[in-house]
Amino acid sequence: MVIDATVTVRLKDGVLDPQGRTILRSLGQVGFPEVSHVRTGRTFDIRLNAKDRRDAEARLRAMSEKLLANPVIEAFEVTVHA
Amino acid sequence: MRFGVVTFPGSNCDYDAYAALRHVIGAPVEFLWHADTDLHDVDCVILPGGFSYGDYLRAGAIARFAPVMKSVIRFAESEGYVWGICNGFQMLLEAGLLPGAMLRNASLRFSCRWIHLRVESTRTAYTQRCRPQQILRIPVAHAEGNYYADDALLDDLESSGRVVFRYVDPKGTADDASNPNGSARSIAGIINAGGNVLGMMPHPERAVEKILGSADGLALFESLMSADGPDRRSESAVVGQSLDQARV
Repeated sequence: MVIDATVTVRLKDGVLDPQGRTILRSLGQVGFPEVSHVRTGRTFDIRLNAKDRRDAEARLRAMSEKLLANPVIEAFEVTVHA
Repeated sequence: MRFGVVTFPGSNCDYDAYAALRHVIGAPVEFLWHADTDLHDVDCVILPGGFSYGDYLRAGAIARFAPVMKSVIRFAESEGYVWGICNGFQMLLEAGLLPGAMLRNASLRFSCRWIHLRVESTRTAYTQRCRPQQILRIPVAHAEGNYYADDALLDDLESSGRVVFRYVDPKGTADDASNPNGSARSIAGIINAGGNVLGMMPHPERAVEKILGSADGLALFESLMSADGPDRRSESAVVGQSLDQARV
């Protein structure tokens, strides 16, 4: 079956995110002083062939560990869409 | 000592490394190709600077899977010299041949300038011709050179003498002002436990003649030129191995 999924990769907690820090500062400057925390990341919209959802999830996790994320600094989340 | 410089799509310091070796040092050197798995029996593979595969995803993340890298990893594991400079250092981290990772520069800017390096270890094949704590003036040019490792790993690197270069000011002091990218503990270059794989962000190949602004990079090339081959290296100083075994 064809499955659509989204993988989100972001820096692990505790790893400095220079972009997030700069965006936080900028948000304060352009009228959003209520923002106290920004972390950046990236998303991958992925379409793949898989036996079922579980199979798709396993493959997506494997590809995240191998390529999409660097496990030294990044964490990822896999969401399989209905 | 025969050198091979790998050209990846987007490498742009391969000719600098080639020219430094061939025309300044006078060493035997040839180009290796990213899609080729043959390392042509060289003694040292240089992974050069540049923007391999456009730096897409993460710097070095795609290059790490190039066909040549399978051979490079095997070569490194059999004690061949592998020298990653700038983008090459990023590849070594992505490939797991060296521990840690690179973050965006703390400034978020591409940092292209002359910096000073302090040689933290002269017990490596790459620095044996340097004086202890020697200050080298060498350029950096990168956007992702902010070295990251957790505290336990940093402590291990330090205590095992594997931090080879640190960013310092001209007098040799490491502080925030002399750190061009926010690297943990001002680390500019590290070596693996076997002492054969070196990664560094600064560009020694761009500092090999006075007319370029500095010839301080020569010391590293000359060190390697006088290094022993793998068969004669077994008795040289090799530091603890637990870390790399855990990571690789």
